[in-house]
Amino acid sequence: MSGLPLLSLLIVVPLIAGVLCLLVKAQGARWTALIATLIELVISIYLWAQYNPDGAQWQFQELHPVGGGVNWALGIDGIALMLIVLTAFLMPICIGASWRAIEKRVPEYMAYFLLMEALIMGSFAAQDLFLFYIFFEGGLIPMYFIIGIWGGAERIKASYKFFLYTLFGSVLMLIAMLYMAGTAHTTSIPALMAYDFSKEAQTFLFLAFLASFAVKLPMWPVHTWLPDAHVQAPTAGSVILAGVLLKLGGYGFIRFSLPMFPDGSAQFIPLMFILSGIAVVYTSLVALAQRDMKKLIAYSSVAHMAFVTFGLFAMNRQGIEGAMLVMLGHGLVSGALFLCVGVVYDRLHTREIDRYGGLSDNMPGYALLFMVFTMASVGLPGTSNFVGEFLSLVGTYHASSWAAIVATTGIILGAVYMLWLYWRICFGTQRNADAAAMPDLSPREWWLLAPIALAVFWMGIYPESFLHPMRNDVGRLITRMERVQPAGDSKLTLGKGAAHMDMGHMH
Amino acid sequence: MGRFAPLLPELILSIGGTILMMVAAFTGRRGSSVTSWLAVGLLLAATVALIGAPSHAGPIFDGFVGADLFASFGKAIIFPAAAVAIIAAHGWFERGTEHASEYAVLIVFSAVGMSVMVSATSLVALYVGLELTSLASYVLAAYRRTDERSAEAGLKYFVLGALASGILLYGISLLYGFTGTMSFTGLAAAFGRGAPTLGLLFGLVFVLAGLAFKISAVPFHMWTPDVYEGAPTPVTAFFASAPKAAAVLLATRLCVEGLGPATDAWRQIVIFAALASIFLGAVAAWGQTNIKRLLAYSSINNVGFALIGLAAAGSAGVSSVLFYMAVYVVMTLGAFLCVLWMRNSDGQPVEEIATLSGLAQTRPGFAAAIAIFMFSLAGIPPLFGFWPKLVVFRAAIASGYISLAVAGILGTVVGAYYYLKIIKVMYMDEPAEPYARIRQPVQGALILLAAVLVSPLGYLLIGPLGSLTDKAAGSLF
Repeated sequence: MSGLPLLSLLIVVPLIAGVLCLLVKAQGARWTALIATLIELVISIYLWAQYNPDGAQWQFQELHPVGGGVNWALGIDGIALMLIVLTAFLMPICIGASWRAIEKRVPEYMAYFLLMEALIMGSFAAQDLFLFYIFFEGGLIPMYFIIGIWGGAERIKASYKFFLYTLFGSVLMLIAMLYMAGTAHTTSIPALMAYDFSKEAQTFLFLAFLASFAVKLPMWPVHTWLPDAHVQAPTAGSVILAGVLLKLGGYGFIRFSLPMFPDGSAQFIPLMFILSGIAVVYTSLVALAQRDMKKLIAYSSVAHMAFVTFGLFAMNRQGIEGAMLVMLGHGLVSGALFLCVGVVYDRLHTREIDRYGGLSDNMPGYALLFMVFTMASVGLPGTSNFVGEFLSLVGTYHASSWAAIVATTGIILGAVYMLWLYWRICFGTQRNADAAAMPDLSPREWWLLAPIALAVFWMGIYPESFLHPMRNDVGRLITRMERVQPAGDSKLTLGKGAAHMDMGHMH
Repeated sequence: MGRFAPLLPELILSIGGTILMMVAAFTGRRGSSVTSWLAVGLLLAATVALIGAPSHAGPIFDGFVGADLFASFGKAIIFPAAAVAIIAAHGWFERGTEHASEYAVLIVFSAVGMSVMVSATSLVALYVGLELTSLASYVLAAYRRTDERSAEAGLKYFVLGALASGILLYGISLLYGFTGTMSFTGLAAAFGRGAPTLGLLFGLVFVLAGLAFKISAVPFHMWTPDVYEGAPTPVTAFFASAPKAAAVLLATRLCVEGLGPATDAWRQIVIFAALASIFLGAVAAWGQTNIKRLLAYSSINNVGFALIGLAAAGSAGVSSVLFYMAVYVVMTLGAFLCVLWMRNSDGQPVEEIATLSGLAQTRPGFAAAIAIFMFSLAGIPPLFGFWPKLVVFRAAIASGYISLAVAGILGTVVGAYYYLKIIKVMYMDEPAEPYARIRQPVQGALILLAAVLVSPLGYLLIGPLGSLTDKAAGSLF
């Protein structure tokens, strides 16, 4: 293994580039940001290549005490690795999407994006409780500026709502973290993942962490900041919000709630299933009624994230691996869908669905790629979301057949609203002359969307490349939760041998 | 001579201050620059003199004052903060006030008073120090006597301050009457003898009420917004930093050292004051349009957080109070130095938040500095202002006051709104008329220094500052 502190580099490179951006003019800032994010992509791919899926749980570890009980402790497992790769993959695309769309205060804009990348990378790599909190919470600042400065007409309200909502969730988590550090006498995340808190404490700790992650993910009923933030944010802001920031919530459940409070988590499985079930059905119906494209996709994000919580709280291998794949797949697909909205928004400056129609005539390339992403969002076999959603549903079915039935309606409703959206935008007659006169994708836009499409197919056809690094970590998580796993009401034999079945009867 | 070694900082300041007063009287306006730099020099010399005997000589003058690390830590905050307040006045009073040079002298005397406050170990020393500080403060608040608002601030501060001093003195007399002693150790012994009598409780409540006025904790905060708004801005910067830190430290020492056995009695009062300050400070700041008023409510809000550390009591609690006040003073001074730089194109000071509109586009560096102070005061990571809040809450949780910590931290969310409002005005609104450029390199350097200290780079200080506050807190137990 090379001696370079790769994870620190991952955090420091965008910070330095961000400062550089402030010193140069608009065009220079664009190139600086693009080059920096590409360096990040190279580093993260190198990490992926170097990562040994069968090796130690934590790899690329770094530890430098700062003093006062705080450590600059970094290290990743397969789960964090995949999310780091996702972030690094989406970031250059975001910069590219802002190339022409952002014209005012470009150096500042690029600096905030790079700052955000550094903070997100830090959240995924942090191995110290408070270091994680600092990165996790710090991400609010650049996003607040991105929505508030470059957003749409209602940007101020949206930026406040985003900031205060997420802050409110997070501060309760901070109190829980302080309690954990005081009780376990350590702030090391790996150590805490093996520490057993008392059952009563776990209940409260779980709820405190839930307050933070449920807002971040977001779960119904604390999702209301998301549509506002998405609609007002510039395209690249929406991409990074849906693609990566929401994943911090799911990552939080995997890294903190499940392994650190298994009893607390098990206790709240019914609550989580009910909330997820409402989210799937309710937000899908809300999405169906939207007239604004971005809002529709924003609500669809909430519905998709419910598959993540379903899968995670099924507490079995299929569920958790499925949840991870949904997060990765949704990161790609929703990001791409927001880019697709951005493409037409840049041309016509409206997100009203009715203002478009019949785009497949004048924008065939766009219609093709949009079709790919729509199908992926619906969960067509062969695309990334199919694998994730299928696994997650299998896991859920294993835990509770009722939950699985409710969750599956989400797939159907998802198909309805996505296909209807696609039909209204790309098919039908061309009612609006200006929409009919829009040119097809430029080479720059091809460069943004095509790589995502390739990744979507890759994940759909050969998910093993993504599952392999996570397999052992998911296994460790399941071992940790084994004793609290829900018994389940289904008599599913999938994925386990007869011997295991016998054990099941003995319970 | 050795007897006076622990008092070296105070001696430097009082003798130097008296000489400076003469210098100021005889040179008049011409000498204002010399006087003020000399005063800064005195304060820095006094800070250096803290090394050695003043930090660990123990009780001196028969337990009248104590020379321990706790006192030295307080003085190490107070003296530099006072020096910054003097530098902040450069280019301010020259605009037409006749007695520019006495300003520095008054600050030096006030610093002597504060230094007695933080080292006081008897009720008499406590009262003398407090009054010395307050008398200088009353004059400072009314320093621009031709300005109606300043005169009003001075008068208001004096009348209410005198009332608070009366309450404090009444409490002191009750404590003395029921225990027969003025020293903190004697009080502790008296309170330790069993459940406190009604008289003792009354004394305790009155003393705490008087001190709550000085630290502007709710419900004794009413004077703060008016005085902060009316007083000249450098004076406001001073009020919000050094005297506040001194009063919080004084209250801490009194509660821990003098009233330690009665912790359960004063803890309820402190918890109420803490939560009330946090929430009232946060909510009342929402509607403010004047930045000085807003920062006044912000200081009320911040004192609430420091009081949470005090409510936690114990060594960790005291340490967290010290940590909090040290960082708070840096943030506040930085914020007020920025307010000093808000001048319209004629060079006249402006205080309306609306004039900050679009500052990020006209003066990006200046706006960034204000943004750093605001995010830091709000306690948003990765800025360093987050860490003292964390330390305070950690102490509260370690003492088992989890619901107090939860309530307090929800206050940060309420408070975040108004800090965000300033940032919104600077970054998201259209540019207003640009400010005049100020040519004050020293002040500029201080703003930069403060901004660097509260930036994420500040986390490097956690180790040394934390061990220092731990040691300083340890000297009380």
